Amino acid sequence: MGKIIAVEDAHAAALAAKMANVDVVAAYPITPQTHIVEELSRMVAEGELDAEYINVESEHSALSACIGASAVGARCFTATAGQGLALMHEILFIAAGNRFPIVMAIANRCLSPNINIWGDQSDIMSSRDCGWIQIFAENAQEIFDLILAAFKIAEDERVMLPVAVNFDGFYATHVVERMELPSEEEVRRFLPPHRRQTGYLLNPDKPLTFGAIGFPSIQFELRRQWEEALCRSKQVIKEVWREFEEVFGRRYEVVEGYRMEDAEAAFILMGGSAGTCRTAVDRLREKGCKVGMLKLRLFRPFPREEILEATGGLKTLIVVDKHICLGGLGGPLFNDLRSLYYGSKSSIDVVGFIAGIGGRDIRVEDFERMFERTIRGEIPPEKYVFLVRGEA
Amino acid sequence: MKWLGSEAERRRELEALLKADWKELPRALIVEPATSKYYYTGDWRTFKPVRDKGKCIGCLLCWVYCPEGCIYITEDGGVDVDLNYCKGCGICARECPLQAIAMVEE
Repeated sequence: MGKIIAVEDAHAAALAAKMANVDVVAAYPITPQTHIVEELSRMVAEGELDAEYINVESEHSALSACIGASAVGARCFTATAGQGLALMHEILFIAAGNRFPIVMAIANRCLSPNINIWGDQSDIMSSRDCGWIQIFAENAQEIFDLILAAFKIAEDERVMLPVAVNFDGFYATHVVERMELPSEEEVRRFLPPHRRQTGYLLNPDKPLTFGAIGFPSIQFELRRQWEEALCRSKQVIKEVWREFEEVFGRRYEVVEGYRMEDAEAAFILMGGSAGTCRTAVDRLREKGCKVGMLKLRLFRPFPREEILEATGGLKTLIVVDKHICLGGLGGPLFNDLRSLYYGSKSSIDVVGFIAGIGGRDIRVEDFERMFERTIRGEIPPEKYVFLVRGEA
Repeated sequence: MKWLGSEAERRRELEALLKADWKELPRALIVEPATSKYYYTGDWRTFKPVRDKGKCIGCLLCWVYCPEGCIYITEDGGVDVDLNYCKGCGICARECPLQAIAMVEE
């Protein structure tokens, strides 16, 4: 049996890597992720975790070291945030394109300038086309559970792709929450020790070339193959989360609804703001508004069918993004959703709000105002709004 | 996988593989190393080096300078070029002290 503990969310991430019995952790500290790798470093130093902890000189090296270790079959974990993820950018593609099942925690942080260590999603959204599976967690329990499940997803022979588990810098990482910590036996039942079955393992006796040159005559086909692998991983993700529920009793859906029964409008967002949004939905429901919330847990591969199903009865979808596609058309989730509905039979009205940039609070009242402005038809023709002083 | 057939057969197999549809390609093109033994890499060449046997004195400077290592010494002490790997860079023609190598468009 597991036990109930109080844990800082960053340590929940470290505990998940520990209980997954990782072989290698290669990481570089960066706020607000530091507590994760600091804790893992302590676990290794004090003998609680039998793993190689590699102190590297940068995030570029952190992920490169994980790639090397993963190539010989090691179960690898790293964590980063903000600028660290940006420095990894080049290697993100190498890890995914060469199909290394690495798991990374990302404590989402605003990218500079100006120097800002607080939470928004500009780091991962600026790297969203890197071909990784991208999952968003809300709280300590989800962070622990989804990281644990991420190893099983990544290492599945049908997937063999790295997984990034995202959660809010500070709002999540530095908060102490209640969490159910499963027993070793339960974890082993769900996630057996790492035994990579794939033929693609570096071995001096059976040498292989990873990352060979891809001439124009072949690169496109390889990219298409990678895209297919990422899209197909959705079925495995759903399957692994169902197995997770069987063992631990907690259910995870790629898109999770809250008070969606009879809802005519709904918020849709990712990450920790879901908690605040639930309170706003409760308050609006008390006033008689038919509103709900959808929390998108899986961002890549984009769960289009599940979103269409979840939003089937809605008249209005209010998208809350914590990143601006600078010079583009609003936020990234807004863009994806507008594309999803364009040309479909759905007559849903999709409006976007960009909020919470650089760690700005998104308060319950902010969600209530977003709903009221949308319902009153105050959204400009381009359909998206910045919740910023001088406009909001 | 270990290849047991001849190099020529292996070459044909690899070249067919690299022209396959995306579903048939080896995952992420992770394959056995040293595939250039079987896979010709000289097919982007525009000009090929042609040696004038009358001028060549066999000094082997071209052999020294060739960045691809595709100039080899023939049994009679002269040199020849493995056109399966020559990229047509022309360094051998430029360095030849006797201008015994001409770059000829193919």
